[in-house]
Amino acid sequence: MRIPVTWLVEHLEFDEKPTPDQLAEAFTRIGIEVEEVRPLGPVSGPIVAGRVMEIEELSEFKKPIRYVKVEVGPDQVNNVICGATNFVEGDSVVVALPGATLPGDFTITARKTYGRTSEGMICAADELGIGDDHSGILVLPSGTAQPGDDAIELLGLSDTVIEVAPTPDRGYAFSVRGLAREIACAMDVPFGDPGTVEIPEAEGEVWPVHIEDRTGCPRFVARRVTGVDPTAPTPWWMRRRLMLAGIRSISLSVDITNYVMLELGQPLHAFDAAALQGGFVVRRATAGEKLTTLDDQVRELDPDDIVIADDSGVISLAGVMGGASTEVRDNSSDILLEAANWEPASIARTVRRHKLPSEASKRFERTVDPALAPVALERAAKLLMHYGDGSIKPGRTDVGAPALPEPVSMPIDLPDRVAGVRYARGVTARRLGQIGCQVQVTTSDDAQTIVTAVPPTWRADLTQPADLVEEVLRLEGYDTIPSVLPPAPPGRGLTEQQRRRRTVWRALAEHGFTEVKPFPFISPSVFDAFGLAADDVRRNTVSVLNPLEADKNVLATTLLPALLETLQRNLARGARDVALYNIAQVTLPKAQPVPVPSLGVAGRPSDEEVASMLAALPQQPLHVAGVLTGHREHAGWWGKGRQADWADAVEAARLAAKAYGVSLRVVASDLLPWHPGRCAELRVGDWPVGHAGELHPKVVEALGLPKRTVAFELDLDALPLEDHRPAPMVSAYPPVLLDVALVVDASVPVQSVSEVLTSGAGELLEDIRLFDVYTGEQVGEGKKSLAYSLRFRAPDRTLTVEEATSARDSAVAAATEAFGAALRA
Amino acid sequence: MSGANDPYDPKEVAALSPENLDAAVQKAREAFSAAIDLDALAAVKPAHLGDRSPVLLARREIGALPPKAKAEAGKRVNEAQSAVKAAFEERHAVLQVERDERVLREETVDVTLPWDRIPRGARHPITTLAERIGDVFVAMGYEIAEGPELETEWFNFDALNFGKDHPARTMQDTFYIAPLDGSEGDSSLVLRTHTSPVQARTLLDREPPVYIVCPGRTFRTDELDATHTPVFHQVEGLAVDKGLTMAHLKGTLDAFARAMFGEHSKTRLRPSFFPFTEPSAEVDVWFPEKKGGAGWVEWGGCGMVNPNVLRACGVDPDVYSGFAFGMGLERTLQFRNGLPDMRDMVEGDVRFTQPFGTEA
Repeated sequence: MRIPVTWLVEHLEFDEKPTPDQLAEAFTRIGIEVEEVRPLGPVSGPIVAGRVMEIEELSEFKKPIRYVKVEVGPDQVNNVICGATNFVEGDSVVVALPGATLPGDFTITARKTYGRTSEGMICAADELGIGDDHSGILVLPSGTAQPGDDAIELLGLSDTVIEVAPTPDRGYAFSVRGLAREIACAMDVPFGDPGTVEIPEAEGEVWPVHIEDRTGCPRFVARRVTGVDPTAPTPWWMRRRLMLAGIRSISLSVDITNYVMLELGQPLHAFDAAALQGGFVVRRATAGEKLTTLDDQVRELDPDDIVIADDSGVISLAGVMGGASTEVRDNSSDILLEAANWEPASIARTVRRHKLPSEASKRFERTVDPALAPVALERAAKLLMHYGDGSIKPGRTDVGAPALPEPVSMPIDLPDRVAGVRYARGVTARRLGQIGCQVQVTTSDDAQTIVTAVPPTWRADLTQPADLVEEVLRLEGYDTIPSVLPPAPPGRGLTEQQRRRRTVWRALAEHGFTEVKPFPFISPSVFDAFGLAADDVRRNTVSVLNPLEADKNVLATTLLPALLETLQRNLARGARDVALYNIAQVTLPKAQPVPVPSLGVAGRPSDEEVASMLAALPQQPLHVAGVLTGHREHAGWWGKGRQADWADAVEAARLAAKAYGVSLRVVASDLLPWHPGRCAELRVGDWPVGHAGELHPKVVEALGLPKRTVAFELDLDALPLEDHRPAPMVSAYPPVLLDVALVVDASVPVQSVSEVLTSGAGELLEDIRLFDVYTGEQVGEGKKSLAYSLRFRAPDRTLTVEEATSARDSAVAAATEAFGAALRA
Repeated sequence: MSGANDPYDPKEVAALSPENLDAAVQKAREAFSAAIDLDALAAVKPAHLGDRSPVLLARREIGALPPKAKAEAGKRVNEAQSAVKAAFEERHAVLQVERDERVLREETVDVTLPWDRIPRGARHPITTLAERIGDVFVAMGYEIAEGPELETEWFNFDALNFGKDHPARTMQDTFYIAPLDGSEGDSSLVLRTHTSPVQARTLLDREPPVYIVCPGRTFRTDELDATHTPVFHQVEGLAVDKGLTMAHLKGTLDAFARAMFGEHSKTRLRPSFFPFTEPSAEVDVWFPEKKGGAGWVEWGGCGMVNPNVLRACGVDPDVYSGFAFGMGLERTLQFRNGLPDMRDMVEGDVRFTQPFGTEA
């Protein structure tokens, strides 16, 4: 909300006038966020009121241009070029004369333009720095000024506008009344409440109103002003304040409702009484009902929307926006003013449903003072009577009985105990009184001093002791709270899982991978590019209802799509050798979704309720994935380097698992998007935990990636936490090293041969390492030769060559039995 | 060959004369000195130290000397041979040093050649920061808690005292989730808008005292630009114990700020509003290295846990009190490390992450 300082301080009594910055500081200190402190202008030099004497329309240009004779002082007439057309001869305008400087350091000089000499500029509001309006030049109400009057003083250009953003719990602060009261509390100065207007006794009802839904509408008040001069202009002071608050001037009646809303915080609506048909009914809309709102949009109403209807049907979307059929027009002279209280939650839903936030709804959503409606109406009716020359009808309609805030009691030292401060005696009662509470201090049966506060009508947010505590603390100042570090109990440090995850995170970076953090939103079409079958489990995704990018509307079930997109981006930016990794949650919905149970918040839900809520959430395991393309080892002066291949993906996955404390087994697999002959399934024991290898050439082509791009993905949460790792016994006796070459069918996986050799060799085998794989004529078609070096060692003695040889022979025998392996000659 | 008692033939034993022996030693010295390297030295060695070398040949003549002269001649020969050997060793040592030096010189390489055969990796600065914050709090006795990113509205809003239609709920710009069974309507699931649901999860899970922090990824429907990202990271802190006060909150935040921004850092609290804390505050941090001069920078939100939250999680607010705080990690990095554009953190350009190395 924007408010000029001169308006803000109108109801405050200062010994010494504060500067705008001091006011802003005071707001900040008590919790009213200040977004901007904007001095008007700066303007200087001759800026005066002028009267338009003669308008010459110049039609030879692309847009309409006027050459205007303006009287800018006694016997002084200037000719001015003007591009606006929203004025007529006789209008009072603002003219910046040569020598004047406008905001933006814009100096006015006499100059030739459009073939004429222009001796000044007729100003629009935004050019003077007093509003955003650039729809035309500023036309002052007649009688506001005489030609030659100093416009700087007239327009109040030495004022400052403060823009504040009160928190949503403080509805009262969306008004001059509320904000001035905050300043009064913050700076301890007297405050004259503009909301305490005498309400005259009314004679009967002024308009029949029936509230069908008392929850949706706790109170509805109406007042009527007749004989209003529809041509009466809004007085300049009011227009100026509206303009500075960012509200466009429309007509006297509408401007008055807006002005009173800004001043007191009660939104009002002005109906053209002549357009109304019969009494009002306040009710929920019925399905299919439509309303054309003030902005000329036809809106289909929801049965949850609260509306005002007359005999013609719905005439207003209550608390949000009025209807077009009953709005005040240029000829309306019979005005029915309405002020009501609406259920905040209901207004919030309507706003959301129709995407229709308004100044009124903003206040209703945050709760409007239930005592304010008749006050605001009285104020508005009087203004309309005064400036519109109307007469207030004696009757008033006032239906409903809104709930008033309930008293709240607390031990008087609770603020001290929450803050960790010993406040001076009487502080709590004084501060609560200052914000408008009726305060009573009593002694309870157990001799505690209790303070009971009846919150003022505008403070519906004060419902529990903690709310009162906050008021005391913020007004006393958070800066008076000391800084004390609490002694936390001894913690247990990181969990085993947290420590191991960190190691994985670090290991991959040390291994040459660069971590990226792409968004989890992906497009389902990527699974087509991956070639996944229609029933592939990875297509079972969770959808976001309101995605930022319409095509990326599902949550990732695999990290690869986003990672590959990031790879593409790097390649598009010129990178060639790239290794990326990402560690993040994926979202895996259950095959049979369970609905989320509806739980209250009055107390702790039962263990069963908590369990059923947790069960309704999809699984969200932590995955790690990596992609590589280009060189794994760079080319350079040392040689030509090495291209990344499938084995690098497998190695990285195994490294990640190893960092977690788990050794992966690998079996050949065939899973898209991997190459059917170059895809490794990664297992812990017989349990699959991920895949690694080269991507399928078709996938690579579809995604526009370099050939032979490789990738891995591993479910970190599926890795077991093997927390007991016994220390190895390290033998100091010498080893025996033996090599063996075996010929097997080419289709036999190396890992199987290694595993059989290892188990066949027995306990003396310390290490086994494959150092060569050979295929070719010497071993025959369809065969391969695997060359291993074996290291044998005994824990307790020097191993003899005979013993080692015998162990090797057992290993070979096992391989022969399992795979028909033959010792290579 | 003469007999033992034969008078010796002076001619035959001339080789034993001091003059001859001195000459032989001198010759050997000259020859060794003339050798320019170890190979040349080895080549001349037999001529002066071999079986046919003058001194060894002379030694054979000793037998022909009368017994009286033998001792003296023997001594002379020995001295001569020692002198030749010494000369050789001396030269050999010199040449060996020369050779070693030459070899090392010849093996010299240009050590300024670029050596980036193995590409280096890097961790995302958000990861490093999250770990570092975790470490700071673990050192204070806190534990690290975790929670899922797809969350129930109950945890994300209801349990945190967000009224069903309260503006605070709509202010959070939530990503809503479609019903999992494909039906129309309300799934009651959202992408968590803050890490605060972990507060409720933790309190349901453990008995106080509770001291936890939770770094994690959070989501709001802000368009990606230089200062906003729809996917970002927060760290949540929660302490629930007997007798905790706002002074304790302030002390904890000050300690946190010092760990993040240096010994001279401190915090300032400004009253604010969050449904799950009452009183609530915005946290500003004093940042000495702020662009344009030291000053306050908005850092996060905090407050005393709202009794309604404690109640919804089964903690008695008359016995326990607590405080909570939350900060944006992107924001922290942005002013701590002077990052100009939020998009760099999400686009994954390796040139952004690389300079951070494995530890930022």
